[in-house]
Amino acid sequence: MMGKKFIAVTAALTVTTALVGCGSKATTSSSNSDTIKIGTNLELTGAVAAFGQSQLNGINLAVEEINKAGGVNGKKIEIVSADNASKKEESTRTATKLITEDKVDVLMGAAISGDTFAAVEVANNKKIPMLTPSATNDDITFDSKKNKLNDYVFRACFIDSFQGKVMADFSAGNLKAKNAVIYIDNSSDYSKGLAKSFKSEFESKGGKIVASESYQTKDTDFKAVLTRIKTLNPDVIWVPGYYEEVGKIVKQAREMGITAAIEGGDGWDAPQLVEIAGKDNLNNTFISNHYTAEDPDPKVKKFIDAFKAKYNTVPDAMAVLGYDATFMVADAVKRAGSTDKEKVKEALANTKDFEGVTGKIALDKNHDPVKAAVVLEYKDGKQTFNTKVQP
Amino acid sequence: MTFDYLVQQLINGISIGSIYALIALGYTMVYGIIKLINFAHGDVFFVGAYTGYFAAKAGLGLILSLILAMVVCGILGVLIERLAYKPLRNAARIVILITAIGVSFLLENLGIITLGAQAQGFPEIVTKSTYTLWGDVTIDSIQIIVLAVTVILMAVLQFVVHRTKIGKAMRAVSFDMEAARLMGINVDSTISATFAIGSALAGAAGVVFAVMYPSVDPLMGIIPGLKAFVAAVLGGIGIIPGALVGGLLLGVVETGVQSIPGMSLWRDGVAFGILILILIFKPTGLFGKNVREKV
Repeated sequence: MMGKKFIAVTAALTVTTALVGCGSKATTSSSNSDTIKIGTNLELTGAVAAFGQSQLNGINLAVEEINKAGGVNGKKIEIVSADNASKKEESTRTATKLITEDKVDVLMGAAISGDTFAAVEVANNKKIPMLTPSATNDDITFDSKKNKLNDYVFRACFIDSFQGKVMADFSAGNLKAKNAVIYIDNSSDYSKGLAKSFKSEFESKGGKIVASESYQTKDTDFKAVLTRIKTLNPDVIWVPGYYEEVGKIVKQAREMGITAAIEGGDGWDAPQLVEIAGKDNLNNTFISNHYTAEDPDPKVKKFIDAFKAKYNTVPDAMAVLGYDATFMVADAVKRAGSTDKEKVKEALANTKDFEGVTGKIALDKNHDPVKAAVVLEYKDGKQTFNTKVQP
Repeated sequence: MTFDYLVQQLINGISIGSIYALIALGYTMVYGIIKLINFAHGDVFFVGAYTGYFAAKAGLGLILSLILAMVVCGILGVLIERLAYKPLRNAARIVILITAIGVSFLLENLGIITLGAQAQGFPEIVTKSTYTLWGDVTIDSIQIIVLAVTVILMAVLQFVVHRTKIGKAMRAVSFDMEAARLMGINVDSTISATFAIGSALAGAAGVVFAVMYPSVDPLMGIIPGLKAFVAAVLGGIGIIPGALVGGLLLGVVETGVQSIPGMSLWRDGVAFGILILILIFKPTGLFGKNVREKV
């Protein structure tokens, strides 16, 4: 024990002296320092803080395990955490700060699409590989307007067009829905992306979109629009938003007697949703997600046990994706053999047969993983596994 | 668009409007006495909501939570007045206005530091039951409670201002602060009392708001605060019944805009558009008289 501690202290001292000693040379020293620096640009406060906090927990657990097993290429991983306050403009600033001031080797985050978009240009311009664990908007990695790949940007989750398609198929197939109302958060790239792919898939299956309505982040009163939706009597209401507003929408809808199925994506997945909406009101609601804690896969079980031991709570999808993303970075750095930005970028792009907790990950030419999604149903406030959909 | 649909939307509008009215009462009272637009009012509202949240978590019912929130916010209001506004009593009006904005940011950020920026679900302290009036038209117990709380508090306020000694002092101070002082009225304690009452109303509004839309966060007061300000100006700032009518009217107009297909995002635009129109065409508000300066 003493020996280990001694080594650790010496190592820490060496790092400190190295950092202090370098001073102006710090720009070049990061690639041959003793640690691999990962900068996390996450939503630790603000509207979707539950996501960022949970994700950071997953990341920290992964780092702890990697370092305990000897690190990567003999180097330990060090997390430099920054808070983007769930704001796009802050996200650009934190990403820039992590790169220019903290000299990180790899950027991770943000948790949601809007905040990730705000950091994409920074990563591309500074030529730093960036991996978002959970931003699902299609255009994050491949800019469809410019028809151009964002070279340095990668992700560990499936994309919105897949998620929207899964739920549209589920609505038309499993629920036999004929008509649907779309109710989106107009200030969210994520929400708009999901609505688009849901609409085209649902219509191609012969379904009808009877109305499209919008709200904005931070709205609280949805009764006026819900009253109108009630008169349309849809089979399904598609609400691909985030938990805070969705919780209120579900509650108000049920209270005014709307019994239709309400559906969404992984943006619903936070414990606050159940608190805000109320357990009973969540019955007959469905979401697509990256994983379920009910999965009997031993890899999943092992992760859940470790997570519970450290944080005393069941990990949500955000935590799992943070965990997987960290191992993806470690894997890429290992294959690259150094923290050289170009080599890490190439290694990330060539990720194949990576065994994550959320499934086997191989990145396609757009830097997007091809992997399965699960559909979960809320029963008395608990997520229950309904079906698994392969891409 | 059936008759039932219109009535249902009217009920929705009145229920959100009565919360605006409750917050607007506090705005209007403080403005009426010392001509200060207290921009920290929306943040007192958030403190009220959180007091209600902790009270409800501790197992208190609606009435006790409401009273506790009113007491806490009343004290907070007096503290804000004593620490931030009283030292500036003779300063230019703009200085006090800027201070109010500063107090608002201070409360918000203290809230974020101590309570965290995340929204918390509000415990269910009122068993909600929905009543069907006829056909598809429904009203629920919370909508009734909110309206009842607003009307009762407004009636109490009218009584206090027009029938009690402190009310008489308030009116005297609002009419002419210096003359009131010369007549032996304790101006400072009168102003403190005004802040106490106004802030207690914001506290009550915070609790009923959190009961109706069950989540609390430190920035929750910003939008309702601004809307209540619009409501107070609409009804005529400084006029108590004006706050009630302005609040209800704003709620109904907002809901009306949203009830038209494809117009749901125009709600805030219309609300602030009303503010601009009122300021251009009738700055004294619907209930205000046009006071001409005598030459």
